[in-house]
Amino acid sequence: MNTRIATGLMLASTIALGACAKKAPEELPPPPVETATPTPTAPTGPSVGTQQHFVDAVGVTNTTVYFDTDRYNIDAEDSAKLQVQGQYFSQYPQLNFTIEGHADERGTREYNLALGERRANAAKNYLVSIGIPANRIRTVSYGKERPVALGSSESAWAQNRRAATIVIN
Amino acid sequence: MKYVILATLGFLAAPLAAQNQDLGQPVPEGGEVETVDGGEGLTGSVSFEGNLDDLGIAIPGFATDADVPTPANSSGTAALGKELARVITADLRNNGLFKPTGPDALPQPRFAEITAPNYPTWSNRGAEMLVHGYVRARSDDKLTVGCYLYDMALEQQLVREGWVVQPADWRRAAHKCADLIYSRLSGESPFFDSRIAYIAETGPKDNRTKRLAIMDSDGANHRFITTGRSTALTPRYSPDYKKLSYLSYVDGNPRIYVYDIGTGRQTLVTQSTNPTFAPRWSPDGRWILYSMAVNGNTDIYRVPSTGGEPRRLTDTPGIDIGGSYSPDGSRIVFESDRSGSQQCYVMDADGTNQRRISFFGGRCATPEWSPRGDQIAFTNASTFNVSVMTPSGGSVRTLTRGWQDEAPTWAPNGRIIQFFRTERNSGKTGLWQVDLTGENERRLATPVDGSDPAWGPILP
Repeated sequence: MNTRIATGLMLASTIALGACAKKAPEELPPPPVETATPTPTAPTGPSVGTQQHFVDAVGVTNTTVYFDTDRYNIDAEDSAKLQVQGQYFSQYPQLNFTIEGHADERGTREYNLALGERRANAAKNYLVSIGIPANRIRTVSYGKERPVALGSSESAWAQNRRAATIVIN
Repeated sequence: MKYVILATLGFLAAPLAAQNQDLGQPVPEGGEVETVDGGEGLTGSVSFEGNLDDLGIAIPGFATDADVPTPANSSGTAALGKELARVITADLRNNGLFKPTGPDALPQPRFAEITAPNYPTWSNRGAEMLVHGYVRARSDDKLTVGCYLYDMALEQQLVREGWVVQPADWRRAAHKCADLIYSRLSGESPFFDSRIAYIAETGPKDNRTKRLAIMDSDGANHRFITTGRSTALTPRYSPDYKKLSYLSYVDGNPRIYVYDIGTGRQTLVTQSTNPTFAPRWSPDGRWILYSMAVNGNTDIYRVPSTGGEPRRLTDTPGIDIGGSYSPDGSRIVFESDRSGSQQCYVMDADGTNQRRISFFGGRCATPEWSPRGDQIAFTNASTFNVSVMTPSGGSVRTLTRGWQDEAPTWAPNGRIIQFFRTERNSGKTGLWQVDLTGENERRLATPVDGSDPAWGPILP
C-alpha cells in the first residue's frame, strides 16, 4: 500500500512538474511539507480547506474534467488535470473533498443521474489509483440538474458534461 | 368535526416531518366515495354512429332539490350544481373528446326533470347526447350527486350513477360523472377520477427550484409537498395513493424516499449510503423498484414496499435503471446501456430472462408499460420524442415533435400519454398530453413550470 502511494506521488509530481515548470521543485522521497506549497502564504490569501485555496493552487482549469457525450472515460487531458489535483490533495492530507458528476441536458433525467455518478466515480477512481485514499473522496451526481453553461448548443453541452472537484471541510 | 380530525393529524405529523427539512404541511387524505346507484341502462344501444369527436353533448347545470349552504360552495348547492357541470364539460372538452356544451350556454333544468328530461327543450341544440344530474346536501354535510346520460334520438336513458362524497371531494363526483359518460360512449375504461404527481419548477436554468407537487387529473386541487429547499425529482404514486416515492437531495445526496401522504412521514427506500434513483411501484403495490449506483455502476433492485431485504435484479457493468411492470406484474421493462447506448429491455419480475426489445435504430429510454398491457411508451433519446411500441419492440410510432420531450406516463386507461417538454435554451418545462394517434396534443396548465409527471390509477 505504501509503495502504491509513493508511486502515485512520484507520478503526480512528475506530471505536475512537466505541466507547470514554475512550481517549486520537490524532493521525491519525503512526504510533502507545507513549505513546498507553491501558493504564497500571504496572510490575506484564502486559507487551506477553502475552494478558493484549491483553485488558486491547481489552477481553475485543473479543477474540472470534461467528457464526450455518454462517455465517462478519463483521457490524457483529464488524467493530467487529476494528477495536479492529486498532488494538491497529497500535500493537504487533512482535506476531504467532493467530486460532482454532471451531464448535459440532452439526456433523460434518470439516466443522466446515473451517468453523472459514473463520471464522478471515474475521476475518483483515477485519484485513488494515484494514491488518494478513497475515504477522503465523496461523489455526488447532479445529472443534468445543475448546468454551468446555459445555452442549448454543442459548446454549452460540452462544458456541462463534467466532473468538478470541490473542497469541503 | 372534520376540522378536529385534520388538526389532530397535523399535530401528530409535526415532529416527524421536522426530521426532513424539506417537507411542507401534510396533505389531508380525501374521503371515500360511495357509489349509491348504478349499473342500470347499460344494455341500451347508442343511436349515434360516427366519430366520437363530433358527438355533441349538452351538459346543463345539475339541479338541486333545495338550494342550501354547503362547505363545497359558498353560494350553495344550486351554484355547486353549475360548477359540477362545468368540471364535466372541461374534462370532456380539454381531452378532445366529443363536442360538449356547458351550463353557461344552456337553460337550467328543474330537479324533477333530471329523471324525466324535457326532450323538446334540448332537441334544437345540436346535441346527440344529454347529461342531467343533481346535487343534494345531506344532513351530515356530505353530498349526494347523481349523473344521468340520455340519448336524444332514442329519448332513452343510457346510464346513470350516483355518489356520496365529502364536500371537499365534490370535484371527484364531477370526474366520476365524466368518466361514466366517457366510458359509456367510447367503450373505454375511465381515467378522469385520478391524480398526477409531478415536479414543479421555478427559477433560472442554472438554479432551478424543483418541488414535489400533486394535483387532480385536470390540474385542480394543486398542492406542493416539498418546500423547494432541496431538489426533488421523479415522483411516483403508490397504486393506492397513500404514498409517494421520489428522489430528494434533502441530505445532500440523491436518494429515494417513500413519503406517507396521510402522516407526512417519510423513510429511505433502502438503508444504504449509495445514491438511489428511479422509484417504481408494482401494480399491486407490494413492491418498489429502485436503481442504485455502487462504485458508479447502477443496477435495478426490488424491495417489498413494507420494508425488508432488497433483491438485485440486474447485474451488468452498464447503467441499468428505471423499470415499469406489466399490468399483471409478471414482467418489467427497463432501460440499460449494456449494449453501448440506452436501449429498452424486458425481464421477468424476478430478474430472469433479460432481453433487449428495442431495435428501431435510436436510443430507447424511460419505458413505461401501458395499463392495458398492449403498448410500451418510451423516450426516443436520440430525437427526444415520446414514442410507443409493442411489448416485443415492434410497430414503433413517434407521437410528439417537441424540441425535447421525455418521461411518458400513461393515463389509467392507457389511452392518453402525459410527458414533459423542455424548451431549447430557456430550459423552461411544461406538462403535455398526447393521445395514441399523436394528433391531439395539449398542454396541461400548471401554476409554474412542470416536469416528471406520474399519472396514478383510478382513485380507489
